[in-house]
Amino acid sequence: MSTLTITQSSQSHRYRGWVVPIMAVAVWWLASSQGWSSSGLLVSPQKVAVTAWEQVTSGQFWRAISASLTRDVSGFVIGTTLGLLLGCLLGLSRLFERLVGPSFNTFKQISLFAWIPLISVWFGLGDVAKVVFLSLAALVPVVVNTCDGLRSVSPALLEVARVYGFTRWQTIIGVMLPAALPSIFTGIYLALVYSWLATIGAEYLLVSGSGIGNTLIEGSEHFMMDLVLFGMIVIGLVGWALNLLARRLEQRMQRLYGITPR
Amino acid sequence: MSRATAEALNPAQLPAKLIAKPLAPVKRLPNAPLRPARRVATRLPNGLWRNRATDAALAWLLPVALLGLWYVGAERGWLSEQVLPPPAFVYQALADLFASGDLWLNASASLQRVLVGFLVGSSLGITLGLAMGLSKTVEDYLLPTFNALVQIPVLGWMPFALLLFGIGEPLKYVLIAHAALVPVTLCTLQAFHEVPKRLLEVGRAYGFSRRQIVTDIVLPSAVAPIFTGLRLGFTKAWLSLVVVELLASSEGLGYLIAYGRQLFQLDLVMAAVVVVGTIGLLIDRGFEFVERRLNRGRPSKTGRLA
Repeated sequence: MSTLTITQSSQSHRYRGWVVPIMAVAVWWLASSQGWSSSGLLVSPQKVAVTAWEQVTSGQFWRAISASLTRDVSGFVIGTTLGLLLGCLLGLSRLFERLVGPSFNTFKQISLFAWIPLISVWFGLGDVAKVVFLSLAALVPVVVNTCDGLRSVSPALLEVARVYGFTRWQTIIGVMLPAALPSIFTGIYLALVYSWLATIGAEYLLVSGSGIGNTLIEGSEHFMMDLVLFGMIVIGLVGWALNLLARRLEQRMQRLYGITPR
Repeated sequence: MSRATAEALNPAQLPAKLIAKPLAPVKRLPNAPLRPARRVATRLPNGLWRNRATDAALAWLLPVALLGLWYVGAERGWLSEQVLPPPAFVYQALADLFASGDLWLNASASLQRVLVGFLVGSSLGITLGLAMGLSKTVEDYLLPTFNALVQIPVLGWMPFALLLFGIGEPLKYVLIAHAALVPVTLCTLQAFHEVPKRLLEVGRAYGFSRRQIVTDIVLPSAVAPIFTGLRLGFTKAWLSLVVVELLASSEGLGYLIAYGRQLFQLDLVMAAVVVVGTIGLLIDRGFEFVERRLNRGRPSKTGRLA
Protein backbone atom coordinates (compact mmCIF):
# COMPACT_ATOMS: atom_id res chain seq x y z
CA MET A 1 0.00 0.00 0.00
CA SER A 2 3.02 2.23 0.04
CA THR A 3 1.98 3.73 -3.27
CA LEU A 4 -1.38 4.87 -2.06
CA THR A 5 -0.33 6.55 1.13
CA ILE A 6 1.95 9.13 -0.32
CA THR A 7 2.67 11.52 2.43
CA GLN A 8 6.41 11.76 2.72
CA SER A 9 8.98 11.10 0.07
CA SER A 10 11.34 8.50 1.36
CA GLN A 11 14.83 9.86 1.75
CA SER A 12 16.52 6.89 0.12
CA HIS A 13 14.73 7.55 -3.15
CA ARG A 14 15.75 11.18 -3.37
CA TYR A 15 18.21 10.46 -6.18
CA ARG A 16 15.38 9.33 -8.44
CA GLY A 17 14.23 12.88 -9.03
CA TRP A 18 17.60 13.72 -10.56
CA VAL A 19 17.69 10.85 -13.04
CA VAL A 20 15.42 12.35 -15.68
CA PRO A 21 16.94 15.85 -15.80
CA ILE A 22 20.51 14.56 -15.80
CA MET A 23 19.73 12.13 -18.58
CA ALA A 24 17.98 14.86 -20.55
CA VAL A 25 20.98 17.15 -20.28
CA ALA A 26 23.30 14.27 -21.19
CA VAL A 27 21.29 13.47 -24.31
CA TRP A 28 21.15 17.14 -25.21
CA TRP A 29 24.91 17.48 -24.77
CA LEU A 30 25.57 14.34 -26.78
CA ALA A 31 23.23 15.42 -29.54
CA SER A 32 24.90 18.77 -29.90
CA SER A 33 28.48 17.52 -29.63
CA GLN A 34 27.95 14.65 -32.06
CA GLY A 35 26.09 16.88 -34.45
CA TRP A 36 22.95 14.75 -34.71
CA SER A 37 21.11 17.63 -36.22
CA SER A 38 22.49 20.20 -38.61
CA SER A 39 19.85 22.70 -37.54
CA GLY A 40 21.24 25.84 -36.00
CA LEU A 41 18.63 25.52 -33.31
CA LEU A 42 20.46 22.68 -31.61
CA VAL A 43 22.80 24.72 -29.46
CA SER A 44 25.10 23.07 -27.01
CA PRO A 45 24.68 23.42 -23.24
CA GLN A 46 28.05 25.17 -23.15
CA LYS A 47 26.81 27.79 -25.57
CA VAL A 48 23.86 28.49 -23.31
CA ALA A 49 26.19 28.81 -20.35
CA VAL A 50 28.43 31.21 -22.27
CA THR A 51 25.44 33.31 -23.33
CA ALA A 52 24.20 33.36 -19.76
CA TRP A 53 27.60 34.53 -18.55
CA GLU A 54 27.74 37.26 -21.21
CA GLN A 55 24.26 38.46 -20.33
CA VAL A 56 25.06 38.60 -16.65
CA THR A 57 28.45 40.27 -16.97
CA SER A 58 27.40 42.80 -19.58
CA GLY A 59 24.67 44.06 -17.28
CA GLN A 60 21.92 43.47 -19.85
CA PHE A 61 20.47 40.74 -17.71
CA TRP A 62 20.30 42.93 -14.62
CA ARG A 63 18.62 45.71 -16.52
CA ALA A 64 16.04 43.31 -17.91
CA ILE A 65 15.35 41.46 -14.69
CA SER A 66 15.10 44.59 -12.56
CA ALA A 67 12.71 46.18 -15.05
CA SER A 68 10.57 43.04 -15.06
CA LEU A 69 10.57 42.64 -11.31
CA THR A 70 9.77 46.30 -10.67
CA ARG A 71 6.73 45.99 -12.92
CA ASP A 72 5.76 42.71 -11.39
CA VAL A 73 5.91 44.00 -7.84
CA SER A 74 4.15 47.29 -8.51
CA GLY A 75 1.36 45.60 -10.43
CA PHE A 76 1.08 42.95 -7.77
CA VAL A 77 0.86 45.46 -4.92
CA ILE A 78 -1.73 47.65 -6.65
CA GLY A 79 -3.80 44.70 -7.80
CA THR A 80 -3.72 42.95 -4.44
CA THR A 81 -4.65 46.09 -2.51
CA LEU A 82 -7.59 46.82 -4.75
CA GLY A 83 -8.50 43.13 -4.74
CA LEU A 84 -8.56 42.97 -0.95
CA LEU A 85 -10.79 46.03 -0.80
CA LEU A 86 -13.19 44.75 -3.42
CA GLY A 87 -13.15 41.23 -1.99
CA CYS A 88 -13.97 42.49 1.51
CA LEU A 89 -16.79 44.62 0.19
CA LEU A 90 -18.17 41.70 -1.79
CA GLY A 91 -17.76 39.30 1.10
CA LEU A 92 -19.17 41.52 3.83
CA SER A 93 -21.93 43.53 2.24
CA ARG A 94 -24.89 41.63 0.90
CA LEU A 95 -26.14 44.62 -1.01
CA PHE A 96 -22.78 45.27 -2.66
CA GLU A 97 -22.47 41.62 -3.52
CA ARG A 98 -25.83 41.65 -5.25
CA LEU A 99 -25.01 44.86 -7.05
CA VAL A 100 -21.51 44.06 -8.22
CA GLY A 101 -21.11 40.30 -7.83
CA PRO A 102 -22.75 39.16 -11.07
CA SER A 103 -20.94 41.81 -13.10
CA PHE A 104 -17.64 40.83 -11.56
CA ASN A 105 -18.23 37.15 -12.25
CA THR A 106 -18.85 37.92 -15.89
CA PHE A 107 -15.90 40.26 -16.05
CA LYS A 108 -13.47 37.70 -14.66
CA GLN A 109 -14.47 35.22 -17.37
CA ILE A 110 -12.99 37.41 -20.06
CA SER A 111 -9.67 35.98 -21.01
CA LEU A 112 -7.03 38.12 -19.33
CA PHE A 113 -4.97 38.68 -22.45
CA ALA A 114 -7.97 39.85 -24.40
CA TRP A 115 -7.61 43.09 -22.45
CA ILE A 116 -4.21 43.82 -23.93
CA PRO A 117 -5.43 45.55 -27.11
CA LEU A 118 -7.82 47.77 -25.19
CA ILE A 119 -5.20 48.57 -22.58
CA SER A 120 -2.66 49.35 -25.27
CA VAL A 121 -5.03 51.83 -26.89
CA TRP A 122 -6.01 53.44 -23.60
CA PHE A 123 -2.66 53.49 -21.85
CA GLY A 124 -0.07 53.15 -24.59
CA LEU A 125 2.71 50.61 -24.65
CA GLY A 126 4.78 51.89 -21.75
CA ASP A 127 5.07 50.92 -18.14
CA VAL A 128 1.71 52.37 -17.18
CA ALA A 129 -0.10 50.00 -19.51
CA LYS A 130 1.90 47.05 -18.23
CA VAL A 131 1.25 47.87 -14.60
CA VAL A 132 -2.46 48.29 -15.31
CA PHE A 133 -2.52 44.89 -16.96
CA LEU A 134 -0.58 43.29 -14.12
CA SER A 135 -2.88 44.80 -11.52
CA LEU A 136 -5.80 43.33 -13.39
CA ALA A 137 -4.11 39.92 -13.37
CA ALA A 138 -3.44 40.10 -9.63
CA LEU A 139 -6.83 41.57 -8.76
CA VAL A 140 -9.06 38.72 -9.88
CA PRO A 141 -7.76 35.81 -7.74
CA VAL A 142 -7.51 38.05 -4.66
CA VAL A 143 -11.11 39.19 -5.00
CA VAL A 144 -12.42 35.69 -5.62
CA ASN A 145 -10.61 34.11 -2.69
CA THR A 146 -11.14 36.95 -0.22
CA CYS A 147 -14.84 36.98 -0.93
CA ASP A 148 -15.03 33.18 -0.76
CA GLY A 149 -13.16 33.11 2.52
CA LEU A 150 -15.37 35.70 4.16
CA ARG A 151 -18.49 34.01 2.85
CA SER A 152 -17.57 30.57 4.11
CA VAL A 153 -16.78 31.48 7.71
CA SER A 154 -18.25 28.70 9.82
CA PRO A 155 -21.75 29.60 11.08
CA ALA A 156 -20.78 28.15 14.46
CA LEU A 157 -18.19 30.89 14.90
CA LEU A 158 -20.66 33.56 13.90
CA GLU A 159 -23.16 32.20 16.41
CA VAL A 160 -20.60 32.35 19.17
CA ALA A 161 -19.94 35.95 18.23
CA ARG A 162 -23.66 36.68 18.36
CA VAL A 163 -23.99 34.99 21.74
CA TYR A 164 -21.19 37.13 23.10
CA GLY A 165 -22.97 40.17 21.80
CA PHE A 166 -20.20 41.23 19.42
CA THR A 167 -20.93 44.28 17.37
CA ARG A 168 -20.78 43.90 13.61
CA TRP A 169 -17.37 45.52 13.57
CA GLN A 170 -16.07 43.23 16.31
CA THR A 171 -17.42 40.21 14.45
CA ILE A 172 -15.61 41.26 11.27
CA ILE A 173 -12.29 42.03 12.93
CA GLY A 174 -12.31 39.33 15.59
CA VAL A 175 -14.02 36.43 13.85
CA MET A 176 -14.51 36.73 10.11
CA LEU A 177 -11.15 38.10 9.00
CA PRO A 178 -9.03 35.62 10.98
CA ALA A 179 -11.23 32.76 9.78
CA ALA A 180 -10.90 33.93 6.19
CA LEU A 181 -7.14 34.46 6.35
CA PRO A 182 -6.08 31.12 4.84
CA SER A 183 -8.32 31.70 1.86
CA ILE A 184 -7.10 35.28 1.52
CA PHE A 185 -3.53 34.01 1.52
CA THR A 186 -4.37 31.56 -1.22
CA GLY A 187 -5.66 34.48 -3.25
CA ILE A 188 -2.55 36.57 -2.68
CA TYR A 189 -0.37 33.61 -3.49
CA LEU A 190 -2.22 33.03 -6.74
CA ALA A 191 -1.94 36.74 -7.48
CA LEU A 192 1.83 36.49 -7.17
CA VAL A 193 1.93 33.58 -9.61
CA TYR A 194 -0.46 35.25 -12.06
CA SER A 195 1.27 38.59 -11.99
CA TRP A 196 4.58 36.99 -12.92
CA LEU A 197 2.90 35.20 -15.81
CA ALA A 198 1.26 38.44 -16.83
CA THR A 199 4.59 40.27 -16.66
CA ILE A 200 5.98 37.99 -19.32
CA GLY A 201 2.80 38.31 -21.37
CA ALA A 202 2.77 42.08 -21.09
CA GLU A 203 6.35 42.25 -22.27
CA TYR A 204 5.58 40.08 -25.27
CA LEU A 205 2.49 41.93 -26.31
CA LEU A 206 3.26 45.49 -25.30
CA VAL A 207 6.71 45.56 -26.81
CA SER A 208 8.67 48.51 -25.53
CA GLY A 209 11.48 49.08 -23.08
CA SER A 210 13.40 46.23 -21.59
CA GLY A 211 12.42 43.19 -19.61
CA ILE A 212 13.07 39.51 -19.49
CA GLY A 213 10.18 38.87 -21.86
CA ASN A 214 11.75 41.23 -24.36
CA THR A 215 15.01 39.32 -24.09
CA LEU A 216 13.15 36.14 -25.01
CA ILE A 217 11.36 37.72 -27.96
CA GLU A 218 14.62 39.17 -29.18
CA GLY A 219 16.26 35.74 -29.02
CA SER A 220 13.34 34.24 -30.87
CA GLU A 221 13.45 36.88 -33.60
CA HIS A 222 17.16 36.42 -34.19
CA PHE A 223 16.99 32.63 -34.05
CA MET A 224 19.24 32.61 -31.00
CA MET A 225 18.17 29.47 -29.23
CA ASP A 226 20.80 29.96 -26.53
CA LEU A 227 19.30 33.30 -25.55
CA VAL A 228 15.80 31.82 -25.57
CA LEU A 229 16.83 28.93 -23.34
CA PHE A 230 18.60 31.28 -20.98
CA GLY A 231 15.49 33.46 -20.76
CA MET A 232 13.29 30.44 -20.09
CA ILE A 233 15.53 29.27 -17.29
CA VAL A 234 15.46 32.74 -15.74
CA ILE A 235 11.66 32.92 -15.97
CA GLY A 236 11.38 29.51 -14.36
CA LEU A 237 13.80 30.39 -11.58
CA VAL A 238 12.12 33.69 -10.79
CA GLY A 239 8.72 31.99 -10.75
CA TRP A 240 10.07 29.34 -8.44
CA ALA A 241 11.65 31.90 -6.12
CA LEU A 242 8.44 33.93 -5.94
CA ASN A 243 6.56 30.74 -5.21
CA LEU A 244 8.90 29.81 -2.42
CA LEU A 245 8.79 33.30 -0.95
CA ALA A 246 5.00 33.28 -0.95
CA ARG A 247 4.87 29.86 0.72
CA ARG A 248 7.28 30.95 3.42
CA LEU A 249 5.39 34.16 4.09
CA GLU A 250 2.14 32.26 4.22
CA GLN A 251 3.52 29.78 6.75
CA ARG A 252 4.99 32.57 8.85
CA MET A 253 1.71 34.46 8.88
CA GLN A 254 -0.24 31.37 9.72
CA ARG A 255 2.02 30.63 12.64
CA LEU A 256 1.72 34.24 13.74
CA TYR A 257 -2.05 34.05 13.78
CA GLY A 258 -2.13 30.50 15.07
CA ILE A 259 -3.99 29.19 12.08
CA THR A 260 -3.62 25.60 11.10
CA PRO A 261 -3.15 25.29 7.38
CA ARG A 262 -6.09 23.82 5.56
CA MET B 1 -37.68 1.29 57.65
CA SER B 2 -38.95 4.79 57.44
CA ARG B 3 -42.51 5.71 57.70
CA ALA B 4 -42.75 7.15 54.23
CA THR B 5 -41.80 3.97 52.40
CA ALA B 6 -44.06 1.86 54.56
CA GLU B 7 -46.89 4.16 53.67
CA ALA B 8 -46.06 4.09 49.96
CA LEU B 9 -46.17 0.37 49.88
CA ASN B 10 -49.64 0.24 51.26
CA PRO B 11 -52.02 0.38 48.27
CA ALA B 12 -54.97 1.26 50.35
CA GLN B 13 -53.38 4.52 51.39
CA LEU B 14 -52.33 5.64 47.87
CA PRO B 15 -54.33 8.48 46.44
CA ALA B 16 -57.21 7.12 44.41
CA LYS B 17 -56.05 8.55 41.03
CA LEU B 18 -52.83 6.57 41.09
CA ILE B 19 -54.56 3.21 41.15
CA ALA B 20 -55.18 1.79 37.70
CA LYS B 21 -58.81 1.83 36.72
CA PRO B 22 -60.27 -0.62 34.27
CA LEU B 23 -59.87 0.83 30.77
CA ALA B 24 -62.82 2.68 29.39
CA PRO B 25 -63.89 1.61 25.88
CA VAL B 26 -61.92 3.62 23.32
CA LYS B 27 -63.89 6.51 21.97
CA ARG B 28 -62.92 7.43 18.44
CA LEU B 29 -62.39 11.06 17.86
CA PRO B 30 -64.10 12.47 14.81
CA ASN B 31 -61.80 12.87 11.81
CA ALA B 32 -59.94 16.11 11.85
CA PRO B 33 -61.23 18.41 9.15
CA LEU B 34 -58.77 18.73 6.25
CA ARG B 35 -56.86 21.84 6.91
CA PRO B 36 -53.98 23.28 4.95
CA ALA B 37 -50.66 23.02 6.74
CA ARG B 38 -50.04 25.99 8.89
CA ARG B 39 -47.73 28.49 7.30
CA VAL B 40 -44.70 29.27 9.36
CA ALA B 41 -42.83 32.48 8.78
CA THR B 42 -39.36 31.38 7.74
CA ARG B 43 -38.25 34.44 5.88
CA LEU B 44 -36.00 36.94 7.48
CA PRO B 45 -37.60 40.27 8.29
CA ASN B 46 -36.05 41.79 5.19
CA GLY B 47 -37.11 38.83 3.10
CA LEU B 48 -38.94 41.18 0.83
CA TRP B 49 -35.58 42.28 -0.54
CA ARG B 50 -34.28 38.83 -1.11
CA ASN B 51 -36.30 37.43 -3.93
CA ARG B 52 -35.09 36.59 -7.36
CA ALA B 53 -36.61 39.53 -9.15
CA THR B 54 -34.84 42.12 -7.04
CA ASP B 55 -31.66 40.10 -7.26
CA ALA B 56 -31.80 40.18 -11.02
CA ALA B 57 -32.68 43.86 -11.04
CA LEU B 58 -29.77 44.70 -8.76
CA ALA B 59 -27.40 42.56 -10.82
CA TRP B 60 -28.30 44.43 -13.98
CA LEU B 61 -28.09 47.84 -12.36
CA LEU B 62 -24.32 48.21 -12.68
CA PRO B 63 -23.91 46.95 -16.26
CA VAL B 64 -26.84 49.05 -17.43
CA ALA B 65 -25.47 52.11 -15.66
CA LEU B 66 -22.04 51.58 -17.23
CA LEU B 67 -23.59 51.07 -20.63
CA GLY B 68 -25.61 54.23 -20.16
CA LEU B 69 -22.52 56.15 -19.14
CA TRP B 70 -20.63 54.78 -22.11
CA TYR B 71 -23.46 55.72 -24.46
CA VAL B 72 -23.82 59.23 -23.10
CA GLY B 73 -20.05 59.64 -23.03
CA ALA B 74 -19.76 58.65 -26.67
CA GLU B 75 -22.72 60.86 -27.61
CA ARG B 76 -21.31 63.90 -25.93
CA GLY B 77 -17.83 63.20 -27.27
CA TRP B 78 -16.10 62.96 -23.89
CA LEU B 79 -13.70 60.53 -25.46
CA SER B 80 -12.73 60.28 -29.10
CA GLU B 81 -14.07 57.43 -31.17
CA GLN B 82 -10.59 55.98 -31.56
CA VAL B 83 -10.27 55.60 -27.83
CA LEU B 84 -13.76 54.42 -27.01
CA PRO B 85 -16.14 53.70 -29.86
CA PRO B 86 -19.82 54.15 -29.04
CA PRO B 87 -21.77 51.01 -28.14
CA ALA B 88 -23.68 51.20 -31.40
CA PHE B 89 -20.43 50.79 -33.36
CA VAL B 90 -19.48 47.74 -31.35
CA TYR B 91 -22.90 46.29 -31.93
CA GLN B 92 -22.58 47.07 -35.62
CA ALA B 93 -19.18 45.38 -35.76
CA LEU B 94 -20.63 42.34 -34.05
CA ALA B 95 -23.56 42.22 -36.45
CA ASP B 96 -21.20 42.59 -39.43
CA LEU B 97 -19.08 39.75 -38.14
CA PHE B 98 -22.17 37.61 -37.89
CA ALA B 99 -23.53 38.57 -41.27
CA SER B 100 -20.30 38.20 -43.23
CA GLY B 101 -19.59 34.79 -41.75
CA ASP B 102 -16.19 35.98 -40.50
CA LEU B 103 -17.27 35.28 -36.98
CA TRP B 104 -18.08 31.67 -37.73
CA LEU B 105 -14.85 31.22 -39.70
CA ASN B 106 -12.65 32.55 -36.91
CA ALA B 107 -14.58 31.04 -34.05
CA SER B 108 -14.50 27.60 -35.65
CA ALA B 109 -10.75 27.89 -36.23
CA SER B 110 -10.26 28.82 -32.59
CA LEU B 111 -12.60 26.16 -31.30
CA GLN B 112 -10.91 23.50 -33.37
CA ARG B 113 -7.52 24.49 -32.02
CA VAL B 114 -8.64 24.58 -28.46
CA LEU B 115 -10.49 21.28 -28.76
CA VAL B 116 -7.60 19.38 -30.32
CA GLY B 117 -5.09 20.94 -27.95
CA PHE B 118 -7.27 20.37 -24.93
CA LEU B 119 -8.03 16.75 -25.83
CA VAL B 120 -4.38 15.92 -26.44
CA GLY B 121 -3.21 17.80 -23.36
CA SER B 122 -5.81 16.49 -20.98
CA SER B 123 -5.51 12.86 -22.07
CA LEU B 124 -1.75 13.08 -21.68
CA GLY B 125 -2.25 14.82 -18.35
CA ILE B 126 -4.61 12.16 -17.06
CA THR B 127 -2.24 9.43 -18.18
CA LEU B 128 0.71 11.12 -16.53
CA GLY B 129 -1.27 11.81 -13.37
CA LEU B 130 -2.53 8.24 -13.24
CA ALA B 131 0.95 6.84 -13.73
CA MET B 132 2.36 9.03 -10.98
CA GLY B 133 -0.61 8.47 -8.72
CA LEU B 134 -0.53 4.72 -9.01
CA SER B 135 3.18 4.15 -8.85
CA LYS B 136 5.37 5.78 -6.28
CA THR B 137 8.41 4.86 -8.36
CA VAL B 138 7.17 6.76 -11.39
CA GLU B 139 6.32 9.69 -9.17
CA ASP B 140 9.80 9.69 -7.67
CA TYR B 141 11.36 9.79 -11.09
CA LEU B 142 9.08 12.24 -12.85
CA LEU B 143 7.50 14.62 -10.37
CA PRO B 144 10.58 16.75 -9.57
CA THR B 145 11.27 17.30 -13.27
CA PHE B 146 7.60 17.99 -13.90
CA ASN B 147 7.50 20.51 -11.06
CA ALA B 148 10.60 22.22 -12.38
CA LEU B 149 9.17 22.50 -15.90
CA VAL B 150 5.86 23.77 -14.57
CA GLN B 151 7.66 26.79 -13.16
CA ILE B 152 8.02 28.05 -16.72
CA PRO B 153 4.61 29.36 -17.79
CA VAL B 154 3.18 28.66 -21.22
CA LEU B 155 4.29 32.10 -22.31
CA GLY B 156 7.85 31.22 -21.42
CA TRP B 157 7.73 28.24 -23.73
CA MET B 158 6.36 30.29 -26.54
CA PRO B 159 9.58 31.65 -28.12
CA PHE B 160 11.15 28.23 -27.74
CA ALA B 161 8.22 26.52 -29.43
CA LEU B 162 8.16 29.25 -32.06
CA LEU B 163 11.73 28.38 -33.03
CA LEU B 164 11.08 24.65 -32.95
CA PHE B 165 7.74 24.45 -34.71
CA GLY B 166 7.46 27.67 -36.67
CA ILE B 167 4.22 29.69 -36.86
CA GLY B 168 2.05 26.79 -38.05
CA GLU B 169 -0.81 24.92 -36.49
CA PRO B 170 1.49 22.52 -34.55
CA LEU B 171 2.73 25.45 -32.48
CA LYS B 172 -0.82 26.23 -31.34
CA TYR B 173 -1.67 22.63 -30.62
CA VAL B 174 1.50 22.10 -28.63
CA LEU B 175 1.12 25.23 -26.52
CA ILE B 176 -2.58 24.71 -25.85
CA ALA B 177 -1.98 21.06 -25.01
CA HIS B 178 0.78 22.08 -22.63
CA ALA B 179 -1.47 24.64 -20.99
CA ALA B 180 -4.16 22.02 -20.40
CA LEU B 181 -1.73 19.29 -19.40
CA VAL B 182 -0.32 20.98 -16.32
CA PRO B 183 -3.46 21.48 -14.22
CA VAL B 184 -4.94 18.17 -15.33
CA THR B 185 -1.83 16.26 -14.27
CA LEU B 186 -1.57 18.06 -10.95
CA CYS B 187 -5.25 17.62 -10.12
CA THR B 188 -5.17 13.94 -11.07
CA LEU B 189 -2.15 13.36 -8.89
CA GLN B 190 -3.72 15.29 -6.05
CA ALA B 191 -6.90 13.27 -6.40
CA PHE B 192 -4.87 10.14 -5.78
CA HIS B 193 -3.14 11.67 -2.79
CA GLU B 194 -6.37 12.80 -1.23
CA VAL B 195 -8.34 9.58 -1.29
CA PRO B 196 -10.16 9.54 2.06
CA LYS B 197 -8.07 7.52 4.49
CA ARG B 198 -11.17 6.03 6.06
CA LEU B 199 -12.22 4.44 2.79
CA LEU B 200 -8.79 2.96 2.28
CA GLU B 201 -8.90 1.51 5.77
CA VAL B 202 -12.29 -0.01 5.13
CA GLY B 203 -10.95 -1.54 1.94
CA ARG B 204 -8.00 -2.95 3.78
CA ALA B 205 -10.20 -4.30 6.55
CA TYR B 206 -12.27 -6.13 3.96
CA GLY B 207 -9.10 -7.61 2.53
CA PHE B 208 -9.40 -5.89 -0.85
CA SER B 209 -6.67 -6.70 -3.29
CA ARG B 210 -4.59 -3.82 -4.57
CA ARG B 211 -6.48 -3.90 -7.83
CA GLN B 212 -9.81 -3.78 -6.04
CA ILE B 213 -8.67 -0.84 -3.96
CA VAL B 214 -7.71 1.03 -7.09
CA THR B 215 -10.83 0.27 -9.11
CA ASP B 216 -13.41 0.36 -6.32
CA ILE B 217 -12.11 3.03 -3.99
CA VAL B 218 -9.43 5.22 -5.49
CA LEU B 219 -10.81 5.78 -8.97
CA PRO B 220 -14.41 6.54 -7.95
CA SER B 221 -13.29 9.06 -5.38
CA ALA B 222 -10.87 10.61 -7.86
CA VAL B 223 -13.44 11.29 -10.57
CA ALA B 224 -14.67 14.61 -9.22
CA PRO B 225 -11.23 16.14 -8.52
CA ILE B 226 -10.01 15.01 -11.93
CA PHE B 227 -12.97 16.74 -13.46
CA THR B 228 -12.07 19.90 -11.58
CA GLY B 229 -8.65 19.56 -13.17
CA LEU B 230 -10.24 19.25 -16.59
CA ARG B 231 -12.23 22.40 -16.04
CA LEU B 232 -9.16 24.27 -14.90
CA GLY B 233 -7.25 22.85 -17.84
CA PHE B 234 -9.86 24.13 -20.23
CA THR B 235 -9.74 27.60 -18.71
CA LYS B 236 -5.98 27.63 -19.17
CA ALA B 237 -6.27 26.27 -22.69
CA TRP B 238 -8.73 29.00 -23.64
CA LEU B 239 -6.48 31.65 -22.12
CA SER B 240 -3.45 30.35 -24.00
CA LEU B 241 -5.41 30.13 -27.21
CA VAL B 242 -6.06 33.85 -27.09
CA VAL B 243 -2.41 34.62 -26.37
CA VAL B 244 -1.12 32.33 -29.07
CA GLU B 245 -3.51 33.73 -31.62
CA LEU B 246 -2.70 37.28 -30.60
CA LEU B 247 0.98 36.63 -31.16
CA ALA B 248 1.12 34.27 -34.08
CA SER B 249 -1.80 33.41 -36.30
CA SER B 250 -3.70 34.47 -39.38
CA GLU B 251 -7.17 33.40 -38.30
CA GLY B 252 -9.09 32.83 -35.12
CA LEU B 253 -10.68 35.04 -32.49
CA GLY B 254 -7.35 36.15 -31.08
CA TYR B 255 -6.25 37.12 -34.55
CA LEU B 256 -9.43 39.16 -34.92
CA ILE B 257 -8.45 41.07 -31.79
CA ALA B 258 -4.88 41.60 -32.98
CA TYR B 259 -6.12 42.66 -36.41
CA GLY B 260 -8.55 45.17 -34.97
CA ARG B 261 -5.79 46.54 -32.78
CA GLN B 262 -3.45 47.02 -35.70
CA LEU B 263 -6.08 48.91 -37.67
CA PHE B 264 -7.12 50.85 -34.56
CA GLN B 265 -10.65 49.52 -35.00
CA LEU B 266 -11.51 49.28 -31.37
CA ASP B 267 -15.10 48.35 -32.16
CA LEU B 268 -13.85 45.20 -33.85
CA VAL B 269 -11.55 44.50 -30.89
CA MET B 270 -14.39 44.88 -28.44
CA ALA B 271 -16.74 42.76 -30.49
CA ALA B 272 -14.12 40.01 -30.64
CA VAL B 273 -13.49 40.29 -26.89
CA VAL B 274 -17.21 39.91 -26.28
CA VAL B 275 -17.29 36.77 -28.42
CA VAL B 276 -14.22 35.31 -26.70
CA GLY B 277 -15.72 36.02 -23.30
CA THR B 278 -19.10 34.58 -24.21
CA ILE B 279 -17.73 31.34 -25.61
CA GLY B 280 -15.39 30.92 -22.65
CA LEU B 281 -18.23 31.61 -20.24
CA LEU B 282 -20.59 29.15 -21.91
CA ILE B 283 -18.07 26.33 -21.92
CA ASP B 284 -17.08 27.05 -18.34
CA ARG B 285 -20.73 26.97 -17.29
CA GLY B 286 -21.08 23.58 -18.96
CA PHE B 287 -18.12 22.25 -17.04
CA GLU B 288 -19.42 23.79 -13.83
CA PHE B 289 -22.77 22.08 -14.31
CA VAL B 290 -21.20 18.65 -14.69
CA GLU B 291 -18.83 19.34 -11.83
CA ARG B 292 -21.69 20.22 -9.52
CA ARG B 293 -23.46 16.98 -10.37
CA LEU B 294 -20.31 15.02 -9.69
CA ASN B 295 -19.72 16.81 -6.42
CA ARG B 296 -23.21 16.24 -5.13
CA GLY B 297 -23.10 15.00 -1.57
CA ARG B 298 -19.49 15.87 -1.07
CA PRO B 299 -18.48 18.43 1.50
CA SER B 300 -17.65 21.63 -0.34
CA LYS B 301 -14.18 22.97 -0.11
CA THR B 302 -13.52 26.57 0.62
CA GLY B 303 -11.24 28.52 -1.61
CA ARG B 304 -10.47 27.73 -5.18
CA LEU B 305 -7.51 26.58 -7.09
CA ALA B 306 -7.77 29.37 -9.53
